[in-house]
Amino acid sequence: MSLEIIESCTNCWACEPLCPSKAIYEAKPHFLIDPDKCTECAGDFEDPQCAAICPIEGAILNEDGVPMNPIGSLTGIPVRAD
Amino acid sequence: MQLPVINNAASEAPKGGCSAGSCGSTDDQMNHLPEHIREKVFNHPCYSEEAHHYFARMHVAVAPACNIQCNYCNRKYDCANESRPGVVSELHHPVQAVKKVLAVAATIPQMTVLGIAGPGDPLANPERTFETFRMLSEQAPDIKLCVSTNGLSLPDNVEELAKYNIDHVTITINCVDPDVGAQIYPWIFWKNKRIKGREAAEILIAQQQKGLEMLVAKGILVKVNSVLIPGVNDKHLEEVSKIVKAKGAFLHNVMPLISEAEHGTYYGLTGQRGPTNEELQALQDACEGDMNMMRHCRQCRADAVGLLGEDRGSEFTMDKVEQMEINYPEAMKMRAEVHAAINEELESKRLAKETKVQLVSIQGLKPKEVTRPVLMAVATKGNGVINEHFGHASEFLIYEASSEGMRFIGHRKTKPYCEGGDTCGDGESALDTTLRVLAGCEVVLCSKVGYEPWGPLEAAGIQPNGEHAMEPIEDAVLKVYEEMRAAGKLDKPVNLQLKVA
Ligand code: SF4
Ligand code: SF4
Ligand code: SF4
Repeated sequence: MSLEIIESCTNCWACEPLCPSKAIYEAKPHFLIDPDKCTECAGDFEDPQCAAICPIEGAILNEDGVPMNPIGSLTGIPVRAD
Repeated sequence: MQLPVINNAASEAPKGGCSAGSCGSTDDQMNHLPEHIREKVFNHPCYSEEAHHYFARMHVAVAPACNIQCNYCNRKYDCANESRPGVVSELHHPVQAVKKVLAVAATIPQMTVLGIAGPGDPLANPERTFETFRMLSEQAPDIKLCVSTNGLSLPDNVEELAKYNIDHVTITINCVDPDVGAQIYPWIFWKNKRIKGREAAEILIAQQQKGLEMLVAKGILVKVNSVLIPGVNDKHLEEVSKIVKAKGAFLHNVMPLISEAEHGTYYGLTGQRGPTNEELQALQDACEGDMNMMRHCRQCRADAVGLLGEDRGSEFTMDKVEQMEINYPEAMKMRAEVHAAINEELESKRLAKETKVQLVSIQGLKPKEVTRPVLMAVATKGNGVINEHFGHASEFLIYEASSEGMRFIGHRKTKPYCEGGDTCGDGESALDTTLRVLAGCEVVLCSKVGYEPWGPLEAAGIQPNGEHAMEPIEDAVLKVYEEMRAAGKLDKPVNLQLKVA
């Protein structure tokens, strides 16, 4: 059970201090989640905290590799066909 | 001096849109303020139109996280509330940031203000922000600290802010109505959840207002920034201005929305346009009766270094700073001398003005014919004098001269004409850009103007004038206005109700 941060992460630091499991760490080229530590916030918060604050659509994936915040869900910017 | 400066002759000036002492004229920005506030801000380059010719500010980026989303912000870049969108700052750890600040302060003694702004919201990263402030108040007590925030977590941080004696806080408040807010903020992060829509705006607005009240109660100065978004909050901002002033904000700064598509913001990509210079000015005029406006704000970059409108940041990249040996206690002595000299100059200018007012009141104001107001553009590098070539100016200060005196209207950015050569033939030339941003002005004052732009300027109804090089802006503008009056150029019917109503 773990979420994953992928390359569209902009290293904004928003998620890191929120993680109750200290699973998120600064890394190059972008922040990463330690899959052994991530609990998906179960028992601590209703929503996974990293995904609840991350401003970048698609930067955090769930266990199945599906974006927690799909394109269009945060900014409402129309999806471009490119 | 034939023409009084409006603010100094406030008792004679007609009442109306301009409530006593708060018209946009350069100096009354400060003069109408209570003494204890004036003292705090008189050498603050962001707050004082006068001081920003002499003193400099810098921002450092230490706090990249944010707890809300604004539709004019692309979070791949800096916080658009305190800097221009589409710009990425060099991000610093607090220790690095402090090192950089000390290096800049030792090299540019005019640097008196340090701000922590975007990218991100400084109060969404309180540890990093306060660590920076803590170190600086210990090591460089001669630097003023300020912070700007979207307000969401402001109430939680007022106590901490008061502890470090941070006396300037800027809150970006774009609305007081959640229905308007829902069009500006798609979501906020609140109590461990992402909240969207109207509910999000409602919480954000409540937190901003509460934070404003708490700061004022603590005696901390509050400036309010608003982004003017045509069709979204343009009408609404007059109300915002009234409310924040009633609650004790001392300055309200309306900034234009910048929404180029290439910045990748929601507004940029959905075609939401920014306001024209005229719309911005009209709103600033409308709010002015309620609030001292900050027309000289240049929406400087979060990591900018130098006088307003200038950026020497490239001299202080982190690798250069690491090479520098800074003895700050020594530097502080030198800085104190420079500050004393500048303050003396500012003080003597203020006294000179007071003497002028007394002269005017002794002579009495002869009922003078009302002549129409004229907009003039001025090219300057600072120090309050006309000292920039037309072709080198990347921005112009706009003043309005009228039979009542003169007032500062704002600044308009352009591409320096001299750098325009290589972009010629590719869209708008630099000269065309300048002609466009100077629309409405009848005179442009600069230290020098070349032969080439002369014709096009005249053809556009803008008289180039290089005769007042190195003269104080105010004297020159009033002199030129007087010349225009003598030459009968002001005889045309006047839009009387504008000035006198
Ligand atoms: S889901 Fe929760 S535990 Fe896992 S990385 Fe995100 S914040 Fe940490
Ligand atoms: S909040 Fe998102 S963008 Fe920011 S560091 Fe975490 S994963 Fe990256
Ligand atoms: S507060 Fe600043 S960083 Fe946060 S979304 Fe708004 S403009 Fe961007």
